[in-house]
Amino acid sequence: MRKIPITLAAFGLAAYAGFALAATEGDAERGKEVANLCIACHQADGSGMHIEGGESWPRLAGLNATYFAKQIHDIKTGTRVNATMTPFVNMLDDQKIADVAAYYSQLEPTAGQGGANADEATLKRGQQLAERGDWSQYIVSCKSCHGPGNRGAGDVFPGIAGQHAGYIEAQLKAWKEGTRKNDPQDLMGSIARRMSDEDIHAVAVWLANQSASSK
Amino acid sequence: MMRKLLTVALSGTFAFSANLAANEDTTQAYIDQLTSMGFPAPKESQLVHIPPTMADLEEADIHPELKKVIRKGYDLFTNTQQLRGENVFNNMNCSSCHLGEGRMPFSAPIWPAAVTLPGYRGKNGHVNNLEERIAGCFTYSMNGKPLEYGSDNMLALSAYHQWLATGVEMYPKQPIYGRGFPAPERPAELSYANGEKLYEENCAVCHQEDGSGLRVDGHTVFPAPWGDMSNNWGAGIVRLFTAAGFIKNNMPLGQPNSLSDQEAWDIAFYMDSQERPQDPRYTGDVKETLEQFGPTFHKHSMYGQVREHDGKVLADHDNTGEKPFLKPDTIRSRNFD
Repeated sequence: MRKIPITLAAFGLAAYAGFALAATEGDAERGKEVANLCIACHQADGSGMHIEGGESWPRLAGLNATYFAKQIHDIKTGTRVNATMTPFVNMLDDQKIADVAAYYSQLEPTAGQGGANADEATLKRGQQLAERGDWSQYIVSCKSCHGPGNRGAGDVFPGIAGQHAGYIEAQLKAWKEGTRKNDPQDLMGSIARRMSDEDIHAVAVWLANQSASSK
Repeated sequence: MMRKLLTVALSGTFAFSANLAANEDTTQAYIDQLTSMGFPAPKESQLVHIPPTMADLEEADIHPELKKVIRKGYDLFTNTQQLRGENVFNNMNCSSCHLGEGRMPFSAPIWPAAVTLPGYRGKNGHVNNLEERIAGCFTYSMNGKPLEYGSDNMLALSAYHQWLATGVEMYPKQPIYGRGFPAPERPAELSYANGEKLYEENCAVCHQEDGSGLRVDGHTVFPAPWGDMSNNWGAGIVRLFTAAGFIKNNMPLGQPNSLSDQEAWDIAFYMDSQERPQDPRYTGDVKETLEQFGPTFHKHSMYGQVREHDGKVLADHDNTGEKPFLKPDTIRSRNFD
């Protein structure tokens, strides 16, 4: 791999949960090379993979670059624990993280997997949780933070529509059990802890069936 | 227990329940959920009403045409931005402040308006009906122009309010549990600096440091707590106690009652010390407007006050935001003398 000149161009500060992360400008062209580390699991098109009943690797294509970079930084610092990812992210400096984030953000999102066989009642419940929530259990809707169509809102709240069901389910369970807590102000954790495993499954399969793109 | 049962029966949840025992269990579960979130349990004398949900509407034994109207009302309530540029001139939806689609206690649930109006309203000094009350929200909170009385949209929005009140008696004598945004006790001192710090730590991740909120694809995700895209100076939430009550009971989203009373008040003080579009009742002079509407309203707000840290006189301007006029022409007083 050719040596990448490091140009740290801080263009702003993104505040997360009380600490500030200096943003490094990413270059998608350079990021494509960095992405060679990722394609074994996340695929060349960034589609990731849903393995029914097994591990699910998230779709990266089309994810917000700032959100993406924060996740990689968090895995590197241990704020987000992921044993599989750790050896890979340890190979990345700030510039490479910014570059690979820029690369994946401009890829066309692919379809979510894992929702095809869900029954109608499960999907209906999932849709309710995603779009209206269930205030009788103080579960606010996904879209109240993840934005219209759950396609993401700003740099902090990622798009979750069209993400793989297995990945969404695993993450919500991780929040519920407290093994993932790198969200700002426990905003996701406080909702996930109120969700039953059935509700987590329902919302995951419904979201997997939605489009990540507004087009 | 009998008394609570009676309250519940009167409040209309009975209509949604097959028998009293199940009904009592439902109400107890509803109350348990709220108390687990830090809300107070209802007092013995209070009226507890569980408003129906949109799923209940599908099952309800009412005319399909009425269902359509109520669905339209729900749609307007949760996506009021569809009226942008006609009736709404900021980034607000009704549901931005009335959480849980207008059903949540301690988040100014909207059904009480349907059973307590027509009634006298101190804010405008005359008797208002449900339509005029909704018009008030459009005038101030939406920085807008009210839906026309009797129009299709007004009918739909009113119908949604009234349907949520299904089964509650008109003019209930008991106080309503969770009505309005009940405010925590006002602390002795309020701190702008602490409010600013707390806002940045707890609120800015969604509402942004400059208070502009966040919009995506033409939809409001996080409403603007101040500035041109927020409610104007005449909206109820510019009163510190209303803002403190809203914040304490509802914010951060999903974490009600997580802030202390002092914190909620300090954030309210900070938020309500920022600029926003002019009060539609503005006479052309901020002092005169304050004299006129101070006793009934602005004595609780920062309107016309000097902001301590920079000496700015708040609301001393004629900015109406995106709205191309100051006062909707439908605002008028009534008297029956």
